[in-house]
Amino acid sequence: MTEQANKQDLLSIEDLSIVYEVDGETTYAVNGLNISLKRGETLGLIGETGAGKTTTALGIMGLVPNPPGRIVSGKVVFDGEDLLQMPKEKMRGVRGNRISMIFQDPMTSLNPVMTVGEQIAEVILIHEGVSKKESCRKAGEMLEMVGIPAARAGDFPHQFSGGMKQRVVIAIALACNPDLLIADEPTTALDVTIQAQVLDLMKDLKSRYNTAMILITHDLGVVAQVCDKVAIMYAGEVVESGDIRDVYENTKHPYTRGLFGSIPDLDHSVGRLNPIKGMMPDPTDPPSGCKFHPRCPDATATCAASEPEPVLTETGHVARCLMLQSMVEQTDVNRVQG
Amino acid sequence: MSDTILEVRNLKKYFPTPKGTLHAVDGVNFAIKKGKTLGIVGESGCGKSTTGRVILRLLEATDGDILFEGQNIRHFNKDQMRRLREDMQIIFQDPFASLNPRMTASEIIGEPLLIHNKVKNKQELTARVAELMELVGLSPRLVNTYPHELDGGRRQRIGIARALALKPKFIICDEPVSALDVSIQAQILNLMQDLQEQLGLTYIFITHDLSVVKHFSDEIAVMYLGQLIEKAPARDLFSNPTHPYTRALLSAIPSIHLDHKMEREVLQGEITSPINPAPGCRFAPRCKYAAPECTSREIHLNEINEGHFVACAMAGGDPLEIYEAILSRLH
Repeated sequence: MTEQANKQDLLSIEDLSIVYEVDGETTYAVNGLNISLKRGETLGLIGETGAGKTTTALGIMGLVPNPPGRIVSGKVVFDGEDLLQMPKEKMRGVRGNRISMIFQDPMTSLNPVMTVGEQIAEVILIHEGVSKKESCRKAGEMLEMVGIPAARAGDFPHQFSGGMKQRVVIAIALACNPDLLIADEPTTALDVTIQAQVLDLMKDLKSRYNTAMILITHDLGVVAQVCDKVAIMYAGEVVESGDIRDVYENTKHPYTRGLFGSIPDLDHSVGRLNPIKGMMPDPTDPPSGCKFHPRCPDATATCAASEPEPVLTETGHVARCLMLQSMVEQTDVNRVQG
Repeated sequence: MSDTILEVRNLKKYFPTPKGTLHAVDGVNFAIKKGKTLGIVGESGCGKSTTGRVILRLLEATDGDILFEGQNIRHFNKDQMRRLREDMQIIFQDPFASLNPRMTASEIIGEPLLIHNKVKNKQELTARVAELMELVGLSPRLVNTYPHELDGGRRQRIGIARALALKPKFIICDEPVSALDVSIQAQILNLMQDLQEQLGLTYIFITHDLSVVKHFSDEIAVMYLGQLIEKAPARDLFSNPTHPYTRALLSAIPSIHLDHKMEREVLQGEITSPINPAPGCRFAPRCKYAAPECTSREIHLNEINEGHFVACAMAGGDPLEIYEAILSRLH
């Protein structure tokens, strides 16, 4: 990647690897991950349980619990600076201020003994150096912005419904007008009609403030409705990524195809679903070669022997599959640099 | 009708609470034919799980009739119920919480056989458990594993094997795949479909996932705050949703097709309280088409097309007329 490309990206993750070490066993949570994101862009990070989505998010935020977690290698370049090399004090000024995060479960990510107003004001007070009164006023504004009357600032989390609590969490995350918002399954715990409200709200706020967003989810539909770019994760690796239309319509990786085959389509009825056979590999003992080969319908002997490199598809997105690699090599198309 | 396996009439379940009576299920009527699947959909708190539990008498109904193969089981005594349980089973949502962590897979699957004296000796039990494990696609080497050693998909397979142990005719599936990853979810859905064909099972499939329910059901019933507000053959419900709540619910599903930007009918506000509900349509406070007649009388299910029932004061005739009526109301 050239210097110039780096400058355009708000966030660029290069070769990030994170492991968890428990009782002498090493879990390879994230392996050599590459992601980049420009200002105002939304990236959907899709994967199943244990794919390493949340660990990636924690890695960006500098919140990987250590021990047992450890960042083995890589760079997380945010606005030109490597967050992994940043002193703790300085990182504290970035976190919650320029990068903020929405967690999956609004029921557990709010403090039950603080009013929601205090919880929003807390972030503003810490990062913006304003008076307490001013932070409270701004907290009220934030509540109004997410569609909750400011008069409810004095209420406690248990007095709100699930959808309202998630709005409060969003208000906290956006309180300091961050450049990057990481939303980890922000609507998974919500009902569909409430999910639609929350997604609309996030889309609206994002476009209003030109915030870049990483949306972590397992729901291909949510990503289709909200994101510009997508990265599919499997066993700690990004197996396919690129422009959303390209990935959804010219799907190249067998795992991505498997995911699409697994969900019932509302527009076209099928008699039977086409699931991916088998299960996620054991992260303490990942398979050799391509991590997906034991479950892959197209796997050959080569897939177990060598690790696939990222390949640029003819339509312009990146996929990591040996079958694709050999095809591309034959047709002599340039390979992307790792 | 002779091929009806289960019919519920005016089923009610109220819970007393300090704030008043909670109408969890309030006057629900439906019938299911043998070998078919009825999907019940709705959001949290709409009473779908309570309906399932009341049908199995895991909770006692406040009022109404539950007819299983023509017999009203609401007044069955303990012995009769015990015999009936062989025919009616349930699969629960959370395959971790619904399996005893101190029992092995084979003990869990074999327990119903022992309780109902279905096996004469240990050999027969072992053979039957092995048969069931094969049926649901569990490898024989897992007989002595405990639930915590298995992943969600395999745990749910144990739950299914347990439900099938007594060769039931009818199974209530309460969000059986909601806790599973999509690739595993598809495996379990396929398994349940195969079992239905092989064993001629009848399912009630309770879920909040509309795409799963469309894929899986012959008929779909939509619930809102304890009431059944629309019921139709699966295809009709999706091609011609009529109740404003059903329409909002369907339009809220994020489609995987990029160009498929459905016209959202974003619902204002959230589900209201089922405690001491006001008379009339319970959706009226959130409905943009609500008129005085919606809350002045009880709204009953009305057949607007063959097999397509809607409980809406605005619905009743030609969908076009309804649509025009709605349009005129908007202007």
